[in-house]
Amino acid sequence: MLLEVRNLSVAFGPVSRPVRAVAGVDLDIGAGEIVGIAGESGSGKTTLCAALVRALPRAARVSGDIRFAGRSIHALSREELRQVRGREIAMILQNPMTSLDPLFTIGNQLGEVLATRCDVPAPQLRGRELELLRSVHITAPEERLRQYPHELSGGMRQRVLIAMAGSMAPKLLLADEPTTALDATIQEEILVLFRELRDLRGTAIAIVTHDLGVIRRICDRIVVMYAGRIVEEGPVAAVFAAPRHPYTRALLASVPVLDGDRVQVQAIAGQVPNLADLGDFCAFADRCPMAIDQCRAQAPPQTALGQQRRVFCWRADEMS
Amino acid sequence: MSAATRALSRFWRPTSSDVGGPPPLPVLTCACCALLVVAAIFGNWLAPYSKEAVSLGASLLPPAWESGGTMAHLLGTDQLGRDILSRLIAGTRISLATAAAATLVSGAFGVLVGLVAGYVGGFVESIAMRIVDAFLALPFILLALALVATLGTGFGNIIMVMVIANWARYARLVRSEVLSVKQRDFVTLARIAGVRPFVIMLRHVLPNVLNSVVVLAILDVGRAIILESSLSFLGVGIQPPDVSWGLMLADGRTLMGFAWWLTTLPGLMIVFAVLSFNSLGRWLHVRFDPRGQL
Repeated sequence: MLLEVRNLSVAFGPVSRPVRAVAGVDLDIGAGEIVGIAGESGSGKTTLCAALVRALPRAARVSGDIRFAGRSIHALSREELRQVRGREIAMILQNPMTSLDPLFTIGNQLGEVLATRCDVPAPQLRGRELELLRSVHITAPEERLRQYPHELSGGMRQRVLIAMAGSMAPKLLLADEPTTALDATIQEEILVLFRELRDLRGTAIAIVTHDLGVIRRICDRIVVMYAGRIVEEGPVAAVFAAPRHPYTRALLASVPVLDGDRVQVQAIAGQVPNLADLGDFCAFADRCPMAIDQCRAQAPPQTALGQQRRVFCWRADEMS
Repeated sequence: MSAATRALSRFWRPTSSDVGGPPPLPVLTCACCALLVVAAIFGNWLAPYSKEAVSLGASLLPPAWESGGTMAHLLGTDQLGRDILSRLIAGTRISLATAAAATLVSGAFGVLVGLVAGYVGGFVESIAMRIVDAFLALPFILLALALVATLGTGFGNIIMVMVIANWARYARLVRSEVLSVKQRDFVTLARIAGVRPFVIMLRHVLPNVLNSVVVLAILDVGRAIILESSLSFLGVGIQPPDVSWGLMLADGRTLMGFAWWLTTLPGLMIVFAVLSFNSLGRWLHVRFDPRGQL
């Protein structure tokens, strides 16, 4: 496994009443795999990503183990971590409009990454910059190199950022809501870029999103998170066809369906619980239509369904 | 607002354009600042007389438009018969040079402290910002008197005193700006991409805070001119035979009732210079820092 996360927890706030943004997460990502991490706002997806590259705020308390290519991320020295960042694990943020420095041209910023992180000698810089822009299908790359971020559209900027992340040939790319700020047609083109990155370079990609459509189109595996915990995990086709956790089922049902002339949306009743007040039982119990007394008394155990699928629910057996 | 004042404000200190968008260039303000700078640089060639040329036969001549004035001395002469116009021009050089030097040094030092404090954070930041607070609380005039009394006067010491009075404001501004730039996505991304913190600070954080620093610096030139004049007026600033507006004010104050031009004209120069640079700063402020953080 490229990435092995074991029992990872991230807590904020007072020790007596901690807010556990991530609670006991196990996650594996293999080389060249595209994994979708789904969940609504506040489910801990972004915190999980930040924890993987040790980019959490100082106030965060992290426990558990993260192993990347056999090495523990937490045991790395500052300098070793810096080498891993970018070169082995790269990241793309949600908003392409703010992810580039507004004061420098695209060429300047690509050049910075190439020169300082990839040790490209100065005479070859321009050629490599053009090559990178072409690899993400940017038209008129010579002109783009001279332009400033504000002169480019959001989709174009996200392409530049993907090119930048890809330039260091990372083994794992973390993409935090990479398509959320873009419109639908651009989304599709960006997803194609991710697939190319995987197919051509063998880069494993973790896409964090609340957009299940994105996961269905591109991911091999889906991990559903709720209130900082994983509730269900499995191959995309299998999970979409037959969700085994009530939350996954509700999430899938909340995707708008065009039914004749009418769009039907089924919202999930209630709200994400306050993470500070969670007891040691199923976090979804209060909103779950199938909750029984046991759900409010004990945390559900992991139920393995075949090699790759697991679900955390007391009534998983009844869901099929 | 009458048409006349509107027209004046348009050229002097426009804060918004008639059609929205950035305020137009204040032509009058720019012209005034340029005039001062030209007088400071080329004063030696522009002034009709040397600033030290004494002529006791022509002492205390009033300006040319008063009865008894002559065209030879447009703005009159002082007790020793020195030409006021020439001395005002010579004073421009001293005042502007002192103000510029003090602003540059305090800006550079303040930016350095603010940048490191804001970017490194934690203990370093706490210590640095408490020192900044302490400096902002110092009573400037008393401090200046004490320092000059111990160190002696001189161009270098005056600038040092002014730097002590001003640097902390830059440090505070830059630190607060750094805190917000640090949170921006491109800095986060650079960090996660493994760019060295030092490189991020110089290449991405510093350029993004410089805008506000330039605005504050221009506003500060006016402040620095007043500081230098005050010091010189109190006798702890520029010393004769050098000329400064504050020094001229001090020299002429005993004769104020009798020869008004000895004090009024240098006073007007101070007002003119400070107004010009403040106006320019105000305009830059509106133009480049519309959120108004200064």
